[in-house]
Amino acid sequence: MAFYVVQFLTGLASAASLFLVASGLSIIFGVTRIVNFAHGAFYMIGAYIAFTLTERFSGAFGFWGGVVVAALAVALIGVLVEMVLLRRIYHAPELFQLLGTFGLTLMVEDLVVLIWGPDDLVGRRAPGFKGAVDFFGQNIPSYDLFLIVLSPVVLGILWLLFQRTRWGVLVRAATQDRDMVAALGVNQKWLFTSVFAVGVFLAALGGALQIPRDAVHHAMDLRIIVEVFVVVVIGGLGSIVGAFVAAVLVSELNAFGILIFPKISIILVFLVMAAVLIVRPWGLFGKPEAAARKTPGLTVNPWRPLTSNERLAALAALVVAATLPLFAGNYALTVGSEIAIFVIFAVSLHFLMSVGGLASFGHAAYFGLGAYGVAFLAKMAGLPMIVCLLLGPLLGCMGAAVFGFFAVQLSGVYFAMLTLAFAQIVWSIAFQWVSVTGGDNGILGVWPEKWAASPSHFYWLALGVAALVTIALRVMVFSPFGYALRATRDSLLRTEAVGINAKRIQWTAFVIAGTTAGIGGALFAYLKGSVFPDNLGISLSVDALVMVLLGGVETVSGGVIGAIVYKALNIWLVSQTDLSKLVLGGFIVLIVVVFPKGIVGMLEMLAQRRRKASPPGSPLIAKPIESAE
Amino acid sequence: MKLTVQDLNSHYGPAHILFDIGFEVGEGEVVALLGRNGAGKSTTFRSVVGLVAQRSGRIMFEGKDVSASPTHEIVRDGLGYVPEERRIFTDLTVEENLEVGRQPKRPNAPHWTREKLFALFPNLGEMKNRPGGRMSGGEQQMLTIARTLMGNPSLVLLDEPSEGLSPKIVEQMVDAILTMKKEGVSIVVSEQNLHFARLISDRAYIIERGRICFGGTMAELDARPDIRDAHLSL
Repeated sequence: MAFYVVQFLTGLASAASLFLVASGLSIIFGVTRIVNFAHGAFYMIGAYIAFTLTERFSGAFGFWGGVVVAALAVALIGVLVEMVLLRRIYHAPELFQLLGTFGLTLMVEDLVVLIWGPDDLVGRRAPGFKGAVDFFGQNIPSYDLFLIVLSPVVLGILWLLFQRTRWGVLVRAATQDRDMVAALGVNQKWLFTSVFAVGVFLAALGGALQIPRDAVHHAMDLRIIVEVFVVVVIGGLGSIVGAFVAAVLVSELNAFGILIFPKISIILVFLVMAAVLIVRPWGLFGKPEAAARKTPGLTVNPWRPLTSNERLAALAALVVAATLPLFAGNYALTVGSEIAIFVIFAVSLHFLMSVGGLASFGHAAYFGLGAYGVAFLAKMAGLPMIVCLLLGPLLGCMGAAVFGFFAVQLSGVYFAMLTLAFAQIVWSIAFQWVSVTGGDNGILGVWPEKWAASPSHFYWLALGVAALVTIALRVMVFSPFGYALRATRDSLLRTEAVGINAKRIQWTAFVIAGTTAGIGGALFAYLKGSVFPDNLGISLSVDALVMVLLGGVETVSGGVIGAIVYKALNIWLVSQTDLSKLVLGGFIVLIVVVFPKGIVGMLEMLAQRRRKASPPGSPLIAKPIESAE
Repeated sequence: MKLTVQDLNSHYGPAHILFDIGFEVGEGEVVALLGRNGAGKSTTFRSVVGLVAQRSGRIMFEGKDVSASPTHEIVRDGLGYVPEERRIFTDLTVEENLEVGRQPKRPNAPHWTREKLFALFPNLGEMKNRPGGRMSGGEQQMLTIARTLMGNPSLVLLDEPSEGLSPKIVEQMVDAILTMKKEGVSIVVSEQNLHFARLISDRAYIIERGRICFGGTMAELDARPDIRDAHLSL
């Protein structure tokens, strides 16, 4: 019995950091409507700076002072980030905000390694809380008890701050209606900045307080952010009480899950999250969001079938691509195959995003599942390559069917966070379930059969499949299903009103996109000859998003062009610098701020501008509009 | 002049909504902006306080050009705005709603306190701790006006204050507006209801399809039944 009590208390102690970070995320989201992906990065910087300060200054004052100063310093960094980056993207679509802050995270990951080195840093114990308390023969670290007391105290302080101060009233008002707050004379800019500073302070404090418990390392940002996303999805984004309850719930599930499923404890958290989402899609303490009204004119270019000239051009491009083996060497062909595979991957996400309006942040899960599917079939069942290629993607299909069912219950940022959490769960399973997946060592020796083994043959195979997949998805866009899907994207309510089962349409699209990604993954497994957990990791998911954005979400050829440019650039970049994350992150931030319409979108805009220049005054503008208000 | 608007043009995306709008409000005056649904009344107000991003023209408030200022600065200069949709903070109590609107005292404008406002709108005083979401439409309308007055404005843009209210509440509203006027607040009130406008206004403008097509005193408007009938639905 005592053991379970101690386990329970350990869970409560772990909840402290989780609660601090999650409440910060929630507060920021409430007012700015930005899901701050970089929140995990702020948590990590908080831990690193606190480590440095507590090592430098000794004694109790050095430790506690160091923790607080670290959190304040990071809050200051947060203010800079808000003023320089976020202010430019408050009015951008939420996808851009998530991506922009993710780019920041990437940069921070490289920066902390530059400053503090790649090794784990073990911080010192908290003065006054070094020992342990004996509880019926079980030891409880006294620092854990401190953390257990701390979270309700912080919750209380936050409550007072929001209920009893003018600042808190303004923040709560802005959470509901920012424009109205401005129309009452409140400077939104500073309100946003101060809210961001408070949120970042909480995250950094969570990181700083973690150093006596855990080593500081440069991957702690992603680990916490995924857990925090799970917490806010369960607790309800924007609710501090929800963050508290869900943080405790998730930590306890982790603490006891380890006893039940030692290898895959995350399953338990996933099951609870799924249950909550079915009953209350907006979280335990959240409020259902009013269906967002799309700004008219957001989709500048509706999808249209290619003209016969464009068809010829696409065909010509394909023929040119097919002649690559005639003059290129083996390395170029391997790169070519990889690019073709990533075209499949990007096109599948592009389909989901631009036609379905569903921005998945965990699309790599289905790519990786396809790869693992092939590896299982080839290595364990010993099936021939063709069969593996046909059946392997089914694993991606099944994963998309299960996760997609839950994901399409949500929309917008919730959808993005949930897909990310799912992908991370799949990654954890691949990483932890060593007996089946080989864990970190992956599954090796998945080589193509003789007919496809030579680089040129494999290249043709990949190119052919990529072309087929792209055509198939395009045909689907112009099928009745495609029309229905576009209708759900533009207005969910109206779609339901004309008798379409919108959720089912979206679910189908999710499964189609997942299966397609799985096809890419299946080919990828054969190209590399191996499968690793990274094949379904977050960074691959984000690669896909960047490809789509780089090409342009609203454009027809965005996925294809984006994949080619990005992959080529990426391969070149990795060969040039060790700081690829820093450069890539900076690049993402740049796209988000400067070229929100992507490459193809930019070209189209330039072309349009040139066309517009000749006949002045379009008839649209001269006509008075009835719906003036 | 308290407020002068010249050549105001506004767009929503590709749609041109307001065409060369111009009007004036004198010190302590109540001016009505009359027009049908969709004529551009709300857009005019939203443009004046800077809530419409695409606008051009000259907006002079107390001799200062505010046409490029952000919303919160315009409001802090003393130009209050009461939106048509009320936009009460439903999670906040009556007192907290008022707190959001609170701004420092202004030398050239009446100073409003909670007590003074509760005297002006007695209903609000009886429900200080009620969340805005659990109030009737009329009570919400009073709260929006009170909330804006907490900013001690010298001029208020009132967007359709009588809309959807029962006749009894409308009467209270007339009294409240006349009290505001007596205290020295200049008011621009947008209305579809000519009867209501007549009770409170000194002058009127008529807006139709985004253009001002009449401006004059209430007596001048009454002398032109043709204009009244063409542009206002009675």
